[in-house]
Amino acid sequence: MDILYFAWVRERIGLPKEKIETTAGTVRELVGELSARDPRYAAAFADLSALRVALDQDLSDFDASLEGVREVAFFPPMTGG
Amino acid sequence: MRIAVQEATFDLGEESQRFAADVATSGANAGAIVTFTGVVRGSDSGDMVAMEIEHYPGMTERAIGQITEEALRRWSLADALVIHRHGRLVPGEQIMMVATAARHRSDAFEAAEYLMDYLKSRAPFWKKELTQDGSGNWVEAKDSDEDALTRWD
Repeated sequence: MDILYFAWVRERIGLPKEKIETTAGTVRELVGELSARDPRYAAAFADLSALRVALDQDLSDFDASLEGVREVAFFPPMTGG
Repeated sequence: MRIAVQEATFDLGEESQRFAADVATSGANAGAIVTFTGVVRGSDSGDMVAMEIEHYPGMTERAIGQITEEALRRWSLADALVIHRHGRLVPGEQIMMVATAARHRSDAFEAAEYLMDYLKSRAPFWKKELTQDGSGNWVEAKDSDEDALTRWD
């Protein structure tokens, strides 16, 4: 599964993208797995209310299932326009 | 509809004229064209030297496409255009433009406002203000931007 990070999430974790093997069933479980890896991840995911998630390039939520998902992206609320 | 996500700047006059010409030849009988241009604002303290705009290639075009299609469904639009830049921009530079065409102006104005409100909070762009000393601050989303979406429910 491809995991992408943007804006300060990318800076906090220290990379824009990585490929991982996971058995997580939901986004929240994936966040738990990643946070347990390294303090950088734990810091980035400390406050989920400050984060948004997209599954295969569609905005989703942290309780969504990862079944069949190929790409997960984590980022702060958008500030375009 | 046309959507462009690009690093390069764009010529506002040329884009507006091309949009108007396309609308005129489409046979849509549009009587109103509204254009909006977003410009990079300097920081209030005046120490911002540039704005770095990051985006999510692929999702950006897709999200803008969905937002624009929704606008075309909600209002009686002849056409819509969205251009949004990314990369490093200095204050005063054009960051984006929206154009809408409709038979009557209320549809064109409302659809343009809708596009702007949704682009702000639902298109994957993030702005970082770069200051003279080389540091940067990510622009935080405002509650008011999220609140602005509720009027379209």
